[in-house]
Amino acid sequence: MSERKKVFTTLSWIPLKEHYSPEDVADLDYEKDLNAPGRFPFTRGIHSNMYRGRLWTMRQFSGFGTPEDTNRRYKYLLENGQTGLSMAFDMPTLMGVDSDSPLASGEVGKCGVAVDTLRDMEIIFDGIDMGAITTSMTINGPAAVLLALYVAAAEKQGVPYDCIGGTTQNDMLKEFIAQKSWIFPPEPSVKIVIDIVEFCTKHLPKWNTISISGYHIREAGATAVQELAFTLADGIEYVRQGIRRGLDVDEFAPRLSFFFDCHNNFFEEIAKFRAARRMWARIMKEKFGAKKERSMWLRFHTQTAGCTLTAQQPMNNIVRVTIQALAAVLGGTQSLHTNSMDETYALPTEEAVRVALRTQQILAEESGVADVVDPLGGSYFVEKLTSEMEEKAWQYIEKIENMGGMLAAIEDGYPQKEISDAAYKQQLEFERGERTIVGVNKYVIDEDRSIPILRIDPEVEKQQVARLNQVKRERNDTAVSRCLRSLRRAAEEDKNLIPYILDCVRNYVTEGEIIETLKEVYGAYTDPAYI
Amino acid sequence: MSDHSVVRILIAKPGLDGHDRGAKVIARALRDAGFEVIYTGLHQTPEMIVEAAIQEDVDAIGVSIHSGAHNTHIPRIIQLLRERGAGDIPVFAGGIIPEEDIPFLKEQGVLEVFLPGTPLSKIVEFVKNEIKPRHLRG
Repeated sequence: MSERKKVFTTLSWIPLKEHYSPEDVADLDYEKDLNAPGRFPFTRGIHSNMYRGRLWTMRQFSGFGTPEDTNRRYKYLLENGQTGLSMAFDMPTLMGVDSDSPLASGEVGKCGVAVDTLRDMEIIFDGIDMGAITTSMTINGPAAVLLALYVAAAEKQGVPYDCIGGTTQNDMLKEFIAQKSWIFPPEPSVKIVIDIVEFCTKHLPKWNTISISGYHIREAGATAVQELAFTLADGIEYVRQGIRRGLDVDEFAPRLSFFFDCHNNFFEEIAKFRAARRMWARIMKEKFGAKKERSMWLRFHTQTAGCTLTAQQPMNNIVRVTIQALAAVLGGTQSLHTNSMDETYALPTEEAVRVALRTQQILAEESGVADVVDPLGGSYFVEKLTSEMEEKAWQYIEKIENMGGMLAAIEDGYPQKEISDAAYKQQLEFERGERTIVGVNKYVIDEDRSIPILRIDPEVEKQQVARLNQVKRERNDTAVSRCLRSLRRAAEEDKNLIPYILDCVRNYVTEGEIIETLKEVYGAYTDPAYI
Repeated sequence: MSDHSVVRILIAKPGLDGHDRGAKVIARALRDAGFEVIYTGLHQTPEMIVEAAIQEDVDAIGVSIHSGAHNTHIPRIIQLLRERGAGDIPVFAGGIIPEEDIPFLKEQGVLEVFLPGTPLSKIVEFVKNEIKPRHLRG
């Protein structure tokens, strides 16, 4: 019989059969490969009752403008019952550049809040009890500085270290692979990642040290298989480096978490999440000899795929986000961010954000999908696809391990080039009409593309620079030079940098001054610009 | 000025953000279409981009931008080109640019702005029709 296409495949180009049947899952051993939810290898979920106990956390990423704007926004969110905050920083902060640098021109406060010194952190959390909330900070290159700023602000509020809770993304490997907010070369970058892991393991027991991220890898053009493989390979590298630092795997592994993308191909995404859990549990138990179940749990946050949003007919994006969010829930995510329909234009408007959040609430409270754990477990197709994703991801991981691990693979440009190739291949399929994007290469209409968008006041930059100048006038310059000298020496002597950075920020040394001092020791990384 | 006959394009990535998927895909597509393509890599200042354009003797600059700072960086690139006597190098742009900013950018001298979802073929056609080697222009 004739079919619509010559071959049917997932977005990772895994061929699909017309239908699946018992023989496709004949080699699966229920207890060994699936098991009940909450039981090793956790394929079906890390908790036995999943969302019947507690729904996933609806964590919408936000932040823009001045520290005062962010403080007002956080107070509003907390008054409305939210307990977890999520901090988005502007590009200069993400790159370790102060607001008064020429490099920051036009970017201050644009895609997140600007933080230069402890003063900004004090303002952001003014009137908010830092011992009663947790804060997720999307920060990588300067993660050690932002963590220190957060800790120093909490110290000033009198919050004890064991009450300070939150997350730093702190995943530098994926920066070199995909997101590209790098500062130092890969090796010292990973050294600082492990400094954070070590410091928090010893002093900040409630801090989630690394959010090992596939999101940016996927958004840069990777397939689902590549996202799965490269993310777990990054995780392997961090665990190996942590152990090399002398840490006990069961001491630090429970504080590692993951962050994935959720794209359009519904079943492939669900299979990806299930495969990820099974693979990570086995890696931790078999490769690293973890004993605690918590070390084997792949806990993850999901964000729907920003790269699937279209500027054309933006309302269609609501439907895409719904399908992606459903896949994340059926895949057992611990928390979820749903994108807003207008994000191909700018930061979302309030109305668009509300629809995105309501999408999660409808899934959680109207659809009934949260009432049974892993409802697709046992589906011939989903189980087979889970195994196929796993098998293909292992091939990548073995290749990377044979290259000497992810650090070495990155130095060779291997994952970067794989992603570039996949991105180009997908684009060519789209160009040839083999890949449909509704409203873009099919069902196109003439439309007015001017929709209401959020604008950031250019005054934000002036205010931020003015405050930075004021802090610099008021601080103790002798203390600043002393702290920076000690930091430099600590870096040269390969000590854990966190206590030295803490000393700097307590004395109102700026983020940019700390980063520039470290660059003198470590050097700066520049884009190898692979095409 | 050299006398290359193949059109030479600089794909430039100003700003601090790391969104280089679009820039790289465009760079490959233009290369596959027979143009000579130079990609600056990420995190370039307008000064660095203009320096590269002059050093490499390019016939046009394609600016890819996603940080929201297009109204700052793109006019600056054009201004610097003019200051350095290279104001005849056309600049086109793409990325996350709100439609309502396009008239301003065109007033500043941007030749064309491509929005998200533009087929590569359209950009390749644009370069074929609109960009000629600098030394062959009248």
